[in-house]
Amino acid sequence: MERNQMRRQLALMRQSFFDQGFLDEQFIQLEELQDDANPNFVEEVVTLYYRDSSRLILNIDQALERNPLDFNKLDNYMHQFKGSSTSIGAKKVKAECTQFREYCKAGNSEGCMRTFQQLKKEYAILKRKLEAFFQQARQAGPLETACRSRN
Amino acid sequence: MATAGEVFRRSLTETVGQVCDDSSSSSELHVLAVDDSLVDRKVIERLLKISSCKVTAVESGTRALQYLGLDGERASVGFNGLKVNLIMTDYSMPGMTGYELLKKIKESSVLREIPVVVMSSENILTRIDRCLEEGAEEFLLKPVKLDDVKRLKDFIMKGDGKDGGETRILKRKRLDDYASLSSPSPSVACDASSPLMPSSSPSARSSKRAKLRNKD
Repeated sequence: MERNQMRRQLALMRQSFFDQGFLDEQFIQLEELQDDANPNFVEEVVTLYYRDSSRLILNIDQALERNPLDFNKLDNYMHQFKGSSTSIGAKKVKAECTQFREYCKAGNSEGCMRTFQQLKKEYAILKRKLEAFFQQARQAGPLETACRSRN
Repeated sequence: MATAGEVFRRSLTETVGQVCDDSSSSSELHVLAVDDSLVDRKVIERLLKISSCKVTAVESGTRALQYLGLDGERASVGFNGLKVNLIMTDYSMPGMTGYELLKKIKESSVLREIPVVVMSSENILTRIDRCLEEGAEEFLLKPVKLDDVKRLKDFIMKGDGKDGGETRILKRKRLDDYASLSSPSPSVACDASSPLMPSSSPSARSSKRAKLRNKD
């Protein structure tokens, strides 16, 4: 596929992430931290996020199998999860985290479990989208991801 | 490949840097970042590096104290050019919280001069107050932005460099600190234009709180 066409598609893809609420302004903040010396910074952070949070997901899954639920522990896990999700601008995932914590505070087991399923869905959807995005970005060439110009 | 001239120049700068004291030989701030989140450490590290700061990122308060030499094992700050000019710590961490770390630093006669900034994803007023009262220079809401880092850096650099970084540029809770300074800097005590206002006065504290609240 022609380079310019690829770049245009990439830009549209990127814009859709914001328009559809998958990512927020924080993602742009990360893009601004990229430069010629660190052209893959965003991808590195996102990769780190998915690696790090998969551990948390496992912990939460296990904790949700306990009876009764330890809401305090669950809330702690989710606080961490929400934190890193916020740091990469994962808007929908972050919203599910917030919802989950509400249910923890209310001691609502059913709510927690339901929300966590939803959270994992959003988490997986975003992962697929970002993987596709970074792959296309690599094919299109370094111009596409927003780079800061060093003054 | 470096030429002989370049190598010579580089090593000369290093030597001079050490003789001239502190890390401020290259007018680069050295920041110690403390956060248990891997992702956040990576981001804050990048934010600081882009702002031309040297960064040491550690994962806990305990590690931070070890690095600062407070556990008594290593030589303390100021030795060998490892001086830390700013500490940025997350609030919620397992084990030692950022608040507890802040307290330990401010309780240490050796380390209390180092400005400490607390970061948190939660905008809780009592938490903010506690930290400011304990001597934190600033309380930043996460996610920390480039502008936040720039602002911090500008403020700290402003006071640095006059006498090689030994000036106490930041406001103190206790007035007797000023009495002990040989040449008190007039810009310190009542600098209302500073982005980091004195935390001792209630009005200043509430205005800082208001500023933080508007961040939402």
